[in-house]
Amino acid sequence: MREIDAKQITDIVARLCVEANRHLAGDVKNCIQCARKEEPWPIAQEILDRIIENFNIADENEMAICQDTGLACVFLEIGQDVHVNGSIEEAVNAGVAKGYTEGFLRKSSVAEPLQFRKNTLDNTPAMIYYDLVPGDKIKITVAPKGFGSENMSQIKMLKVSDGAEGVKNFVVKVIEEAGPNPCPPIVVGVGIGGTFDKAALLAKKAIIRPLEERHPDPYYAAMEAELLEKVNALGIGPQGFGGKTTALAVNIETMSTHIAGLPVAVNINCHVTRHKTEVL
Amino acid sequence: MATIKITTPLTPEKARTLKSGDSVLISGVIYTGRDAAHKRLCQLLDEGKPLPIDVKDQIIYFVGPSPAKPGMAIGSAGPTTSYRMDAYSPRIIEQGLTGMIGKGKRGPEVIEAMKKHGCVYFGAIGGAGALLSKCIKKAEVVAYEDLQSEAIRRLEVEDLPATVIIDAEGNNLYQWGREEYLETLNK
Repeated sequence: MREIDAKQITDIVARLCVEANRHLAGDVKNCIQCARKEEPWPIAQEILDRIIENFNIADENEMAICQDTGLACVFLEIGQDVHVNGSIEEAVNAGVAKGYTEGFLRKSSVAEPLQFRKNTLDNTPAMIYYDLVPGDKIKITVAPKGFGSENMSQIKMLKVSDGAEGVKNFVVKVIEEAGPNPCPPIVVGVGIGGTFDKAALLAKKAIIRPLEERHPDPYYAAMEAELLEKVNALGIGPQGFGGKTTALAVNIETMSTHIAGLPVAVNINCHVTRHKTEVL
Repeated sequence: MATIKITTPLTPEKARTLKSGDSVLISGVIYTGRDAAHKRLCQLLDEGKPLPIDVKDQIIYFVGPSPAKPGMAIGSAGPTTSYRMDAYSPRIIEQGLTGMIGKGKRGPEVIEAMKKHGCVYFGAIGGAGALLSKCIKKAEVVAYEDLQSEAIRRLEVEDLPATVIIDAEGNNLYQWGREEYLETLNK
């Protein structure tokens, strides 16, 4: 069994927090630049130019792309042949605290949701998602998640008879209701199937999937394309000022579900869709 | 469309000349404030106590900046979603506030207060925090330091780019901008 020191996880998480928040991923940059070329509406073109200028400034100045540097969502794919010396949870949180403090990132985490809402001052605890996988590696993805877009996300337990039309109508309705609030152009993550909670997790995983990657099943890949077209026909546009570019991509993730159920979750991300991965 | 330069303080008379869709560059002193600070301001009003800042003819920017790196005035500083301030904004507008900078929709009560008192809702580009930070020349906390990024800051800004989303007559770019774009598709 391979042995890993928990400290190694801390160092990687810290680095990924800073990198993800300062340097927009290549797939997202490409997508925004392509959208700019295809955007016919003048005010929308201007907004997209500023958005491109913004991520370039962040790159050059090594500063946060957006002030909402998010809750630190950390996805761990842990090989079952790895043994970690020390607490994985503590190692991840130490990494988040280090990255957010040393990287001049905003601390946006409150310790509990209702009573005092006291800021924890180091952006911990991280939102950690564990998957056990074959092998002896650990794949670590940090995806800081801003809440302007998170707040616009919705979940619905559809009837089986609602079918594909029901799914598509729900996704479009969520985007329409969100309007300008989640900082369009947005990335739309859709989770279909599973249970109430698994659908939401699928949607969250969908927004960190590379934007140019389609669902492996041609049926769902076609639905992604159709939904992107429908969403971009809404006319909301960048920042909601009107235009073609409401969404950069619609990513669907699916899994098995109950004979009586059709759970659908829509997780929205903004144009600052951040994710950075390293394999240990 | 021409770009209009605005220097604070912004009087209600000047605010009423701005029209939905106008591009503006804002210079002068503005104040930051978001959820927790707005809650405290309204608590003070409930208790009949004075506010820590005089909001008359001022602009509040809904922002919680990221920390400044050494040598910089401020970190990344783009707008936060404004509807969370809807519960508080009408009361601050009653105190003489003439401008708000944020992003996203506003509720009918906010728009009514804006029309009544002469206040404008500006949109800055959500997610463009690095670009917007370049326009902020000086930042100092003037109230509620314990709120960290949510503290009220006095900012000195130079040519901060924004768009008039809702003007003091209630015209709303989020409505007509989208409608105009969709009309071009039907031609």
